[in-house]
Amino acid sequence: MEKNEQKKNEQELLTVTSGDMFQPYDWSVGLFGSRFLAELRDNKKIYGIKCPKCGKVYVPPRKICGSCYVAMDEFVPLSDEGEVYVCTIVHFGFVDPETGKQRPVPYGYAFIKLDGADTCLTHFVNSTDPEKFKVGARVKAVFEEKRKGSIADIKHFDIID
Amino acid sequence: MGKRVAVVGFGQTKGRSSRKDVNGQELINEAVVTALQDAELTIRDIDAIVIGNMDHFEGINYVDTWSVEGAGGVMKPIFKVTTGGTTGTTVAMSAYYHVASGMFDRVLAIGWEKNSESDTTGAIITAFDPVWERPNLGGAVAGLAIEASKYMSNYGVTERDGARVAVRERLHALNNPYAHLHQEWMKGIPVDQLVDLIVGSEQNVMLAYPLRMSDMCPRTDGAAAAVFASEDVAEKIAPIPAWVLSTVNRHNFALAGDVDMDRNTTMAKASKKAFEKAGIKEPLKEIDVCELYLPYSYAGLKWMEDYGFCEYGEGPKLLWDGVTDMDGELPVNPSGGVMSSNAIGATALIRVGEAATQVMGKAGTRQVPKDVNIAFATGFGGCYWADVMILGRRKPA
Ligand SMILES: [Zn+2]
Repeated sequence: MEKNEQKKNEQELLTVTSGDMFQPYDWSVGLFGSRFLAELRDNKKIYGIKCPKCGKVYVPPRKICGSCYVAMDEFVPLSDEGEVYVCTIVHFGFVDPETGKQRPVPYGYAFIKLDGADTCLTHFVNSTDPEKFKVGARVKAVFEEKRKGSIADIKHFDIID
Repeated sequence: MGKRVAVVGFGQTKGRSSRKDVNGQELINEAVVTALQDAELTIRDIDAIVIGNMDHFEGINYVDTWSVEGAGGVMKPIFKVTTGGTTGTTVAMSAYYHVASGMFDRVLAIGWEKNSESDTTGAIITAFDPVWERPNLGGAVAGLAIEASKYMSNYGVTERDGARVAVRERLHALNNPYAHLHQEWMKGIPVDQLVDLIVGSEQNVMLAYPLRMSDMCPRTDGAAAAVFASEDVAEKIAPIPAWVLSTVNRHNFALAGDVDMDRNTTMAKASKKAFEKAGIKEPLKEIDVCELYLPYSYAGLKWMEDYGFCEYGEGPKLLWDGVTDMDGELPVNPSGGVMSSNAIGATALIRVGEAATQVMGKAGTRQVPKDVNIAFATGFGGCYWADVMILGRRKPA
């Protein structure tokens, strides 16, 4: 009995690896999401959408104001500059589920309140210096040369002073 | 108003960083067997099962059917509920609603996770919007670090304040045989000195500024199960049932960028409503013990303000005054909390189970040194949303 216990404890414990699983999706972004991304791609313009009831300007645009539960349709142009609302500098490594590869670190990540918007765009900020990259810092969008109609058409935000 | 409902049994596995000796179903089974033993019931006594986890963590999409043998659900009604970090409290709430409806007398709530089976951060990111958020999100660690950035900026809170929360949680964990982290080296060292050691340690690496390793919860493999019973049978099962006095949940936004980071508004609204329903007017005085889902250090400061235990900006004072220590006026997380064990799908159910265990007087070495009439448990997840449950010794009117 004791011997069996011993054997059980020494038994190797196996795992089975999934392999390089990859499941591509085609996510619909809807009428408003499409218009937002097309403006970003074609004109380097960032648009928000305004609630007819509470007046809140949301970015990215979506159809419904959740708080008022009413439909929105008034697109409003936003500045490509804004303020860091909250931020962090990511140092730890992890698998990016979009690529299956390690996300390059460190990188700056922030919620950015663009001038004219009431909600934040979440994006990369091109700084890993906690002295400069902090709550309240002013930032400006940097666009990719070749744009494809995704949020990554904004390469990142630069800190401006 | 439905039937009155109580927790009459609870079981959990010991948190570990990896349980390669069991698969998911077997891990679930361990917790269920322990909960049934605690309630002195058999699986035949169970009328229905509610189960949940973060299904993208193990890559198993239909955990309710996949785990039916481990869960004890063969030929029984079984329902999957999964809400991210709040999963554990949501399965508890769902079990409560099942019993309160009068249609089931004894319902088993199960939460579990094998965090070791995937990259936690990579898995968490898939819970967020694929178009707008995934490309830049850094998982829960980054999602919490940004909240810390705002709180620290608003109130001038320091790294030492955060470390003091970590010290409380890890010291409490030393009393809990089920806790994943047992930092034995901390024993016997004064709190101030522990804070200095943590803040000054080079091994305490930066994860996402300003959060270092000591500020975060671990990744844990573990499972938990709780038995909810109706007023018709609860007192026959348990000598001291832990009655559900109230339970509330609140969600606000779908996109993280919409969330107000000045306050944790869902937690504030949910607890205010739950206190009101339970007739609690002065939470700090009336609640005897808390098991709060505090996934990182600064939550132990800011969210205490949102629960209404102190004024805005007073979280650090409440903490440093020792109010939330084991022998304080309001002991928080005698179990060591989420920062000492975090098998995510089980985590919030462990808060409910630990709170119930305190009410039942069965918490052993982590039982708080006073009468527990009211215990407060919370769950936290996703886009800053909140579940709360209040348990009590007195049967509700
Ligand atoms: Zn509105």
